[in-house]
Amino acid sequence: MTSNTVSSSVSSFNGARFLWATLLIYPLWLLMVGSFDPAEMLVGVLVALLTAGLSQKHLHVLDDFKWHPLMPLYLLIYFGIFLWALLRANLDVAGRVLSPRLPINPAIVEVETQLQSDLAKLFLANSITLTPGTLTIDVIDQRLQVHWIDSAAGQDMQHATASIAAQFEYHLSKFMK
Amino acid sequence: MQILGAVFILIGASFLFLGALGLIRMPDVYNRIQAGTKATTLGALSVLLGVAIYHPLWWSKLLIIALFILLTSPVASSTLARAAYKVGLTPYRIEPTEGKH
Amino acid sequence: MENLLILLAFIMGVCALLLATWRFFLGPSTPDRVIAADTLSVMTTAALVWLADLFDNPVYLDIALVYAALAFLAVVVIARMIEPHTQKMNKSTE
Repeated sequence: MTSNTVSSSVSSFNGARFLWATLLIYPLWLLMVGSFDPAEMLVGVLVALLTAGLSQKHLHVLDDFKWHPLMPLYLLIYFGIFLWALLRANLDVAGRVLSPRLPINPAIVEVETQLQSDLAKLFLANSITLTPGTLTIDVIDQRLQVHWIDSAAGQDMQHATASIAAQFEYHLSKFMK
Repeated sequence: MQILGAVFILIGASFLFLGALGLIRMPDVYNRIQAGTKATTLGALSVLLGVAIYHPLWWSKLLIIALFILLTSPVASSTLARAAYKVGLTPYRIEPTEGKH
Repeated sequence: MENLLILLAFIMGVCALLLATWRFFLGPSTPDRVIAADTLSVMTTAALVWLADLFDNPVYLDIALVYAALAFLAVVVIARMIEPHTQKMNKSTE
């Protein structure tokens, strides 16, 4: 446990975290309620403020975003790439499962990342898990261990990093530290 | 428009079936995790999309369920893969073919 | 036509559930069983959403959401439990 960092952040109220947490929780409330009734929307504001206020000291992850005006756009671009990769991954897996020969050539490879924050690494690991033929096994500092279902392209770290992580990393680095 | 909803539900059910088939056919736990999680994630999303076409008013809650599945499914599979790796389950490898020539 | 598609989807879904259950009993290792359970839970979430459509009752959507949350928690907890803890938590960082 990193007790020193926890104790230093508990003592003070983090205004930026509180603001971003409120702005994230309120749309979630609106989606859950699913109506634009004025009373519901007002209660939602109170709930969002209360939840954000009570939890802001634990929300270290919010510090890992790079907040700037174009961020929603980058997030959308990333999401689009992610969905496209998910679709390809499924067709890929479907093809392998349905093929009588079961064409797989699995290996565990290592991938290196330049991303620094835990949140960015989490997003990268999740994205790798949902893309064609790759499954993140572990994240150790700047290295990800990845199970690769078809490792014919080359199992050394440069090849693996280029073909598995590079694209996601580029887009993630635009809005996360 | 209604028929489109049925088509998406059928596509979703097919991917769920493919995921389960992969669970049976794949030779080791890591490949099973790959087949199982990926295909079922898209399968569930496709079923959700089909239901959203039938009931457009439910879109907000369906969106929350879809985002939840999209976020948690890879986390669960990675956690499980790490557990399997630490337990010491050896990954399946194709036998080298050089010896046979 | 539409009913035929729905019937086909239903048959596919039942086969998927049976295959995943088969892997659950087949094992052979604990992670194999847990991944089968995880796959079953995602299928069940989809099935609950489908039930909301079939019964025309949105309360099943809330059930699906809570079910998905609980199933995810259960899988993560079981995964962490079967993972051998050879090192003390404090030492693992250095």
